[in-house]
Amino acid sequence: MSEPLVTLHAVSKHYGRAIAVNNVSLDVFEGEFVTLLGPSGSGKTTTLMLIAGFETPTSGEIRIRGASVVARPPEKRDIGMVFQSYALFPHMSVFDNVAYPLRTRRVPSAEVAERVARVLDAVRMSGLAERYPRQLSGGQQQRVAVARALVYRPSLLLMDEPLGALDKKLREEMQSELKDLQRTLGVTTLYVTHDQQEALALSDRIAIMNVGDVVQIGSPLALYEHPATDFVAGFLGDVNTLDGVVAEAETGVVRVEIAEGIEVTVATSARRSAGKRVRLTLRPERLDLATTAGGVNCWRGRVRGATFRGELVRYDVELGSGLVVNVSRPYRGQETIFGPGQEVFVRSRPDDWRVFG
Amino acid sequence: MGERTSLPVLVVTGLVMAFLAAPSLLVIAMSFSGGRFLEFPPRTLSVRWYEAYWSSAAWWNATVRSLQIGVMVTVLATTLGTLASIALVRLAVPGKSALRALIVSPIVVPTIVLSIGLYNVYARWRLIGSAAGLVLAHTVLALPFVVLNVSAVLYKLDRSLERAARSLGAGPLRTFATVMLPLLWPGIASGAIFAFLISFDEIVVAMFVSGSNPTLPKLMFDGIRYELNPVVAAVSSQLIAVTTLALLASAWLRRRTERITGGA
Amino acid sequence: MSARSTWRQAGLLVGPALLLLAAVYLYPLGRLFVLSVGGGPGGAGLEPYHRLAESSVYVDVLLRTTRISVVVTLVCLLAAYPVAYVMTRVGPAWFRVLMVFVLLPLWTSILVRTYAWMVLLQANGVLNNVLRWLRVIDEPLRLMYNETGVVIGMAQVLLPFAILPLYASLRSIDPRLARAAQSMGAGPWRRFYSLTLPLSMPGMATAALLVFVQGLGFFITPALLGGSRVITLAMVIETQVVDLLDWSLASAAAMVLLVLTAALVVGFDRLVGLDRVWA
Repeated sequence: MSEPLVTLHAVSKHYGRAIAVNNVSLDVFEGEFVTLLGPSGSGKTTTLMLIAGFETPTSGEIRIRGASVVARPPEKRDIGMVFQSYALFPHMSVFDNVAYPLRTRRVPSAEVAERVARVLDAVRMSGLAERYPRQLSGGQQQRVAVARALVYRPSLLLMDEPLGALDKKLREEMQSELKDLQRTLGVTTLYVTHDQQEALALSDRIAIMNVGDVVQIGSPLALYEHPATDFVAGFLGDVNTLDGVVAEAETGVVRVEIAEGIEVTVATSARRSAGKRVRLTLRPERLDLATTAGGVNCWRGRVRGATFRGELVRYDVELGSGLVVNVSRPYRGQETIFGPGQEVFVRSRPDDWRVFG
Repeated sequence: MGERTSLPVLVVTGLVMAFLAAPSLLVIAMSFSGGRFLEFPPRTLSVRWYEAYWSSAAWWNATVRSLQIGVMVTVLATTLGTLASIALVRLAVPGKSALRALIVSPIVVPTIVLSIGLYNVYARWRLIGSAAGLVLAHTVLALPFVVLNVSAVLYKLDRSLERAARSLGAGPLRTFATVMLPLLWPGIASGAIFAFLISFDEIVVAMFVSGSNPTLPKLMFDGIRYELNPVVAAVSSQLIAVTTLALLASAWLRRRTERITGGA
Repeated sequence: MSARSTWRQAGLLVGPALLLLAAVYLYPLGRLFVLSVGGGPGGAGLEPYHRLAESSVYVDVLLRTTRISVVVTLVCLLAAYPVAYVMTRVGPAWFRVLMVFVLLPLWTSILVRTYAWMVLLQANGVLNNVLRWLRVIDEPLRLMYNETGVVIGMAQVLLPFAILPLYASLRSIDPRLARAAQSMGAGPWRRFYSLTLPLSMPGMATAALLVFVQGLGFFITPALLGGSRVITLAMVIETQVVDLLDWSLASAAAMVLLVLTAALVVGFDRLVGLDRVWA
């Protein structure tokens, strides 16, 4: 593993007594797409601003290419930045906006024209070079912003919720465009968002933050399948959260009572003692509905509601004792769709459950 | 509110508006009086009072002096005020609100108080009658208006524009020149106009400090305190014209501001 | 951007303005304060203030100045309210017209405006001539060189300062409140009394503050329209300095005016909040 391009080591940012970023350590490697994901107030944007140089850390070390940058102003950090408001200069044309960083670096004008044309082509904005930002749609402005941030080949691309102001369809379009662009150029990217779907779709690695702490760092799959806390489990995708008490514990397996008469067999490597209060999570798509009983975790239940979503069907199933679980089953044309009031058997595998606490 | 405003209220409004406008309009009308005294309505029309003004060395010198000082005050107040506004709006320094209060406070302090203070201090510093003394004093009075104007526009300016420029490699100076100034200039120009008007019309400080080099307002004051010199009417109507032009310019500038920052 | 460079930037940006204010604003005011407590023959002390308080002339002047300001404030509030109200109701074209009528006098030189009143109000001035011509009166009204003339002149000068904050305050009242009240059966007078008037209190307070505080320190208008018959605090200060050269007394009077003004502004800030003034 080569040296990371960006290293944060024990970085904290305090505003008076409020702690925005708490002892965060993070490595970003060359060519990676890393997302800082979290709810508002989690410190993700502040962390980005610290890396960009618009804020100074209260404590900790920030290195880019091995050199400490804490004392270096933003214009000397060789970064490219895309903002949620696009921040296109309203008094300059698209061409002048994109040419701005090149002219600042005193690139000769012939070369400027050529490079601007090339990057506008890469974001599919050729032909609109003479327009002004107010004449462009949101999606177009976003592309120009990206072009401007990349035209001078910075070492690091920072994006602060760049797609936040776009509508859903446009957002998904731009997501794949951004991903392609990043892959083609190989530029190291640090991305901030609160949208977990976006993070899952775009990232090589995700750092989930909550209230200033980095809770977990890993690939989307790793975070999804093996969340470190119930917060991560709940934040990434939907999840059933059930609290219970350990009834029995053996090597590799625990049985947890989540309701009167309902026990879940969970495969886990951690050792837990009987009587301990724990929290269980399970993804809705890992629950199976059947008309017959069978298997280790199989409970009788009654369908309370069913919502047809085209490619899948979501069910609320009551298991008795007031316990309701969300179940998500794919729909490919052949499956039965259960109706409200119908009796079903809910099945799940011990491997799919996660235990916390 | 689907009902019409009652007639008495409209009538009162009309009367108040007349109350506000009538004096100035009457002065303009009377400035064209042909007789030896001002009269309304003028029995004969003539521009003799305007001629008297333009041909008088005393009035001319006073006008030039006011213009010179006005221009210098405009430059100084606009520069200091714009720089201060940037600090007050963008930077996070402790005591910012106290600083802002201090800079804006000259609006509140009675001018007579400041004037005698300056009279006392300038007498010792030998600044009575000097242009520099008046320029400095007027700048203090004009600064709040520049700061208020520029701050208002700066506040609406999207902060990420400056951050974008910095992230693209531009240092603070370049960012200011290429991104902030082009977007702020209507607000700055607006403040400059008010700074000029304030200096050009200022009388109380000038009364004490202009010495043997009177400004236009000082000369006007002398002309009306003990007698009603009709030339003052001609001067007045020209001043009203200047004020009107200045306000039109500032209104145009405000519309430009909205267009620029509104689309940002 | 490290904290130290922020300080440096702030220093460069605000420094020049602060330097100017220190030299030509704070220092002269400070000097006045020193003169008011140390300049007397008895050395340092509050002797000038005692002299002020004991002199019936000065007490009279202070009372008169306050009285005039109060009257002007009331006149301005009464005149400004209907105007501000109409300004919230008219369409954009009329609004611009009204604004011109308000802003142009505001920025016209005070000398020009006071001079205009002098011409209008004197014994053989325009107003008297018109009234006599209309046979409304026989003898000319004495409108100049007395308090009436001063009040008229000051009211006209300060009226825009009352109209603007009142307008801002009235405009910020949610129109849906009136509709709700109307739907509950409240007639126009009741709506005005129970809804509009109380909600426009901040605007009225701001208007009153702006007019009253400026009225206290007025010099030009009373000096020209009142002559030597109506003497305000500012005129007394001028006389002390220019004619009598009594700096300690003048400074003391100036300090009294300054402190009064500051107290009113600070008191207003505590009660209502100065942010409401930025109309």
